[in-house]
Amino acid sequence: MKKKTCLSLMKASGLLAALFLSGCDDWVLMDPKGPIGQSGKSLILTATWLMLIVVVPVIIMTLVFAWKYRASNKNATYAPKWAHSHAIEVVVWFIPCVIIGVLALITWKTTHELDPYKPLESEVKPLHVQVVALDWKWLFIYPEQNIASVNELAIPTGTPIAFDITSASVMNAFFIPQLGSQIYAMAGMNTKLHLLADEPGTYMGMSANYSGSGFSGMKFDTLAMSTTDFNAWVEKVKAAPQPLEKEQYTELVKPSEANPVAHFSSVESNLYQSILNSYGSYCQSPSATALNSHEALNSKAGEEAQQVSMNVASEE
Amino acid sequence: MFGKLTLDSFPFHEPIIVVTVSIILLAGLAVVAGLTYFQKWGYLWSEWLTSVDHKKIGVMYIFVAMLMLVRGFADAIMMRTQLALADAGNAGYLPPEHYDQIFTAHGVIMIIFMAMPFMIGLFNIVVPLQIGARDVAFPFLNSVSFWLFVVGVVLINLSLGIGEFARTGWLAYPPLSEATYSPGVGVDYYIWALQISGIGTTLTGVNFFVTIMKMRAPGMRLMQMPVFTWTALCSNIIIMGAFPMLTVALALLTFDRYLGMHFFTNTAGGDPMLYVNLIWAWGHPEVYILILPAFGVFSEVTATFSTKRLFAYSSMVYATAAIAVLSFIVWLHHFFTMGSGANVNAFFGIATMIIAIPTGVKIFNWLFTMYRGRVQFNAPILWTIGFMITFSIGGMTGVLLAVPGADFLLHNSLFLIAHFHNVIIGGVVFGYLAGFGYWFPKVFGFTLNDKWGRRAFWGWLVGFYVAFVPLYILGFMGMTRRLNHYDNPAWHPYLVVAAIGAFIILGGILCQFIQLYVSIRDRKDNMDVTGDPWNARTLEWSISSPPPFYNFAHMPNVEDLDAHWDNKEKGIAYKRPASFEKIHMPKNAAAGVFIGLFSVGLGFGLIWYIWWMVILSAAGILATMIVRAFNEDVDYYVQVDEVARIENAHHDVLEKNASSHPFVTQV
Repeated sequence: MKKKTCLSLMKASGLLAALFLSGCDDWVLMDPKGPIGQSGKSLILTATWLMLIVVVPVIIMTLVFAWKYRASNKNATYAPKWAHSHAIEVVVWFIPCVIIGVLALITWKTTHELDPYKPLESEVKPLHVQVVALDWKWLFIYPEQNIASVNELAIPTGTPIAFDITSASVMNAFFIPQLGSQIYAMAGMNTKLHLLADEPGTYMGMSANYSGSGFSGMKFDTLAMSTTDFNAWVEKVKAAPQPLEKEQYTELVKPSEANPVAHFSSVESNLYQSILNSYGSYCQSPSATALNSHEALNSKAGEEAQQVSMNVASEE
Repeated sequence: MFGKLTLDSFPFHEPIIVVTVSIILLAGLAVVAGLTYFQKWGYLWSEWLTSVDHKKIGVMYIFVAMLMLVRGFADAIMMRTQLALADAGNAGYLPPEHYDQIFTAHGVIMIIFMAMPFMIGLFNIVVPLQIGARDVAFPFLNSVSFWLFVVGVVLINLSLGIGEFARTGWLAYPPLSEATYSPGVGVDYYIWALQISGIGTTLTGVNFFVTIMKMRAPGMRLMQMPVFTWTALCSNIIIMGAFPMLTVALALLTFDRYLGMHFFTNTAGGDPMLYVNLIWAWGHPEVYILILPAFGVFSEVTATFSTKRLFAYSSMVYATAAIAVLSFIVWLHHFFTMGSGANVNAFFGIATMIIAIPTGVKIFNWLFTMYRGRVQFNAPILWTIGFMITFSIGGMTGVLLAVPGADFLLHNSLFLIAHFHNVIIGGVVFGYLAGFGYWFPKVFGFTLNDKWGRRAFWGWLVGFYVAFVPLYILGFMGMTRRLNHYDNPAWHPYLVVAAIGAFIILGGILCQFIQLYVSIRDRKDNMDVTGDPWNARTLEWSISSPPPFYNFAHMPNVEDLDAHWDNKEKGIAYKRPASFEKIHMPKNAAAGVFIGLFSVGLGFGLIWYIWWMVILSAAGILATMIVRAFNEDVDYYVQVDEVARIENAHHDVLEKNASSHPFVTQV
């Protein structure tokens, strides 16, 4: 009997140890593979350490005060009317103010640095990828290569990737945890994201915003590879049996779950733009391209307004 | 005849649902049979259902909240077991179309139909007693609020057995919640359950705001109100500001779904982002509506059980008010990832973290209340200490999520789920359960069994950490919320541990119910004969437990923050009054029940497109309101001899027991 308990205890502690030893390899956010993910990780760590300056003393004081001033401890000072102290009040307002002040400065700075719309600084010419969230799969269009793939995103390492993201259905979020930031994919709207992979590898990508019954299967592999390998991949896709024309797109857009990877040798010109426009802007005429309203808005309110109001399609 | 409702609408093919519904129906039948056998229908009707007594309405609120805690928790256990099973190609036992209803229902029930009524129940029981009032400002309106809330509960539970519930997540973002993507009745159940109960909540907000502003006992200045009343005031002000936004957001979604309009659709100029803004402009203040009263409970509990004045009362009040104001200007932090510019995101991020300042101050104030006190370790103070530690951690992860750069990685992950359960369980639930134990004797006249109370606490506390620390870690492992199954083997062990945690919490909840059972069984040994079982500080403890239905025979005169403590020190508490006067009181009203019944018909008809039912129910509501409006027989006077009889009986008991209760020295 005792042996059994011992054994199960050992098993349990083994499980616990395995949990912690399995460690950082699986903690993808703590194992970033690109500059954006790297900045996100150090931001999380900095902010956490900063806050622990208050949180740890509070937890310790809670336990110490509760124990020291327990009713049965008659040696402790008892001051039932003591309820005010300028010194303590100044300190308890001041310390959180300082910490939050520092954190606010960090927040202001990093929010601008990590703005997903901001192109990455690099010598290398960025690769442009258009992302469309469908029910329930991801379509990646490479306009410069004139190819497309479903549920597989190949990118060259060391090259900034400029994503334009939209949805042909409900709201989703485009997220590759090890590369960094996520952003929503919304129909009729164009969101932007800039990421970069430092080293080759396969990184999981997914929708991070619930989008209906096929949501759990809405994931893709991000294949980060050398430029040579990437070019080879492009050639492989170009050799795929089918192009992505209206006909194939109509088929693709139908709801389906856990789709296998698919490649398309060529893409109907302006497919992304037409997906974006198919939801209509505020103008009635479907032929009025969103680009026009974009320019109109731009001349009125400038760059800032363009970024905030994403319901205006933009394709630069 | 029955609109969209056909035999196919009943999910006979789902064994889990059939069994659950059968059990609910059997339990319902048992209750009906019991009431009939013991001939308690009349008692139930006249003493409870039609009562406008704030204390009874409060008890009914908390009773329903506890039932909904069980329902919402059953959902939680199902989700955790599903995810513990559904790894590596296993589908688990809940297919997405069922699982997605469960996580939606879990969120809606726990926030709207468990936390909100628990909180409003505490307001009802405590606020009038703390400010020395005989009832709320509008007792009948209070009854209507309660019944409208019950309508929401009835509708959401009907969705279990008739049709389906929303599969959209608890905030029903469009375009997923639009007719194009959710053609079923699920979202309609969601809309009408929230809409009808939400109107009840708005009315509650108005009612308690007026009660606190206008009905305080003579002498009680605003800065002499007990902290719980202060938090209730701020919470109700937020309700009045925020709930109309919910009403409008849901109304616009209703127009989209029912009338083919395009407020939030993908096409024809609709803008789903508008809904996301509107719903969070309500949704974020909503969490402060819930947490502020919990802060109030902790303030009362800490001061009472440290046998000491609350440290830095005015700091506490200003911190509460500051949080109430800030709660309205942080909603965008729920969607930094929507693509707003860096300036906008940074503004909302910083506004959010500023809330940590007054919240931190509050925690320090509770700490320094215990400092140089005499802390009695019973269940309510354990909840408080557990809260201070747990909430500090939850606050920290919250501030982390408020940093947009960090949120871009953690948004919608299980880290987020862990964070808000950290603050809602560690803050709201711990707070309300502390309040439950603290004020229970005031309402029922006997104290709760502390041993089982402490067991419940440990179950919840340990269970919380076992269930949610793995979720924090899973967030770092890139696991998003609302997944039905997964194939990442690294996630599986953590999800198994989280499921174990959920079962430990179940143990805590069971202890809570055992505590109730044991306490009722042994009530003769735990009678609260003085009305002040804790040697407490505020006015509600100056009268008998349970209080007479008119609360105060004489309006108390308030000269200090801790009014009752002050009177005890001056030696004027517990004095038998020399004379009595007649008391003006409201009469029971059945109109609230009828408005509720007709509203169920209205909601159900709208959900299923049964238009004759909609018209009849609407006419019924209107007729009830007109009849009520012309009814002038709504109040009466309690005669002097009855007041004297009740009060003298209380003082006889007090005098008999004075010797065993040292602080009742003045009697």
